[in-house]
Amino acid sequence: MAFTLYSLLQAALLCVNAIAVLHEERFLKNIGWGADQGIGGFGEEPGIKSQLTNLIRSVRTVMRVPLIIINSVAIVLLLLFG
Amino acid sequence: MAYHSGYGAHGSKHRARAAPDPPPLFDDTSGGYSSQPGGYPAPGADVAFNVNHLLGDPMANVAMAYGSSIASHGKDMVHKELHRFVSVNKLKYFFAVDTAYVAKKLGLLVFPYTHQNWEVQYSRDAPLPPRQDLNAPDLYIPTMAFITYVLLAGMALGIQKRFSPEVLGLCASTALVWVVMEVLALLLGIYLATVRSDLSTFHLLAYSGYKYVGMILSVLTGLLFGSDGYYVALAWTSSSLMYFIVSLGSRLLRWGRSWGRGSPSGLQLLLSSRCALCEQQPWAPTVWGAQLPGSVSSST
Repeated sequence: MAFTLYSLLQAALLCVNAIAVLHEERFLKNIGWGADQGIGGFGEEPGIKSQLTNLIRSVRTVMRVPLIIINSVAIVLLLLFG
Repeated sequence: MAYHSGYGAHGSKHRARAAPDPPPLFDDTSGGYSSQPGGYPAPGADVAFNVNHLLGDPMANVAMAYGSSIASHGKDMVHKELHRFVSVNKLKYFFAVDTAYVAKKLGLLVFPYTHQNWEVQYSRDAPLPPRQDLNAPDLYIPTMAFITYVLLAGMALGIQKRFSPEVLGLCASTALVWVVMEVLALLLGIYLATVRSDLSTFHLLAYSGYKYVGMILSVLTGLLFGSDGYYVALAWTSSSLMYFIVSLGSRLLRWGRSWGRGSPSGLQLLLSSRCALCEQQPWAPTVWGAQLPGSVSSST
């Protein structure tokens, strides 16, 4: 298991892609992880599930455009250098 | 000679900047290198900043002034960007160590069981630097331990005649990747469990780096005493590191935590994740294949 920094970057890119493709309406709502479900008041502790849903929604919002760019760069690099 | 040096002046602009030679008392006719353009205005006229007045060429002066202003501007920009990402003052706090602190901390990492007082001391709301407080985290020991571990791994491989220079780089990047993944996992855990504490990223980096001390000791013992010594030292160092981190972590997290509904579970989650990460420590040396004389090789 010899990692290089490049493999770390690739793995990170794949993970962020995986989080970003979780569709809000078709998938997350059906398993109850939608962004507007279960917010439930301004309690003290948000709880792990709402933290996770917030995280997924924010990753999707923030990383949409940068992911397009980084994915294109990665595709070109993989095509050229294998 | 005057127009010849006038011709050569254009080429000498570049050459004079690159390699200024001492002002010749006579015209140098070898190969057309004439650095002293006789046909041009007097050298040394209004040179603002430079000692070599033999760049009497005003164009060269202007070019050099422009270049140095661009260089300083670039340096300022780099500093500003660096300050935006890495606050250098906070980083300096972690490197304010001295020899006594390092010695005591290393002893604490190996044998934390008799240490009584684990609280980090504060002075007027700012934590004391490591020089004055044994419980404060520092980044000096993890950095040095990381580098020592990479070198030691190279030496261990060399003893088994499996060394090549690329292995050093590979081992260094592998270990770095493990540290980064561990810090990211810890950050994710802290975010999910909404444990509010004053644990910054550098604290997490420091705690992740402390395990390299244990790994160094294990590898050294393994080199000296064979694979039995390796496993004994591994067990000892991982248990003491676990005790160390749990003691420190429980003090730190309890201090900054908000007493909400889900907080005890958050604390449990974090401590258990820390224990799990300490268990990861034994796998790291075997993973990249630091094999000891007399033990079976598993992976590469």
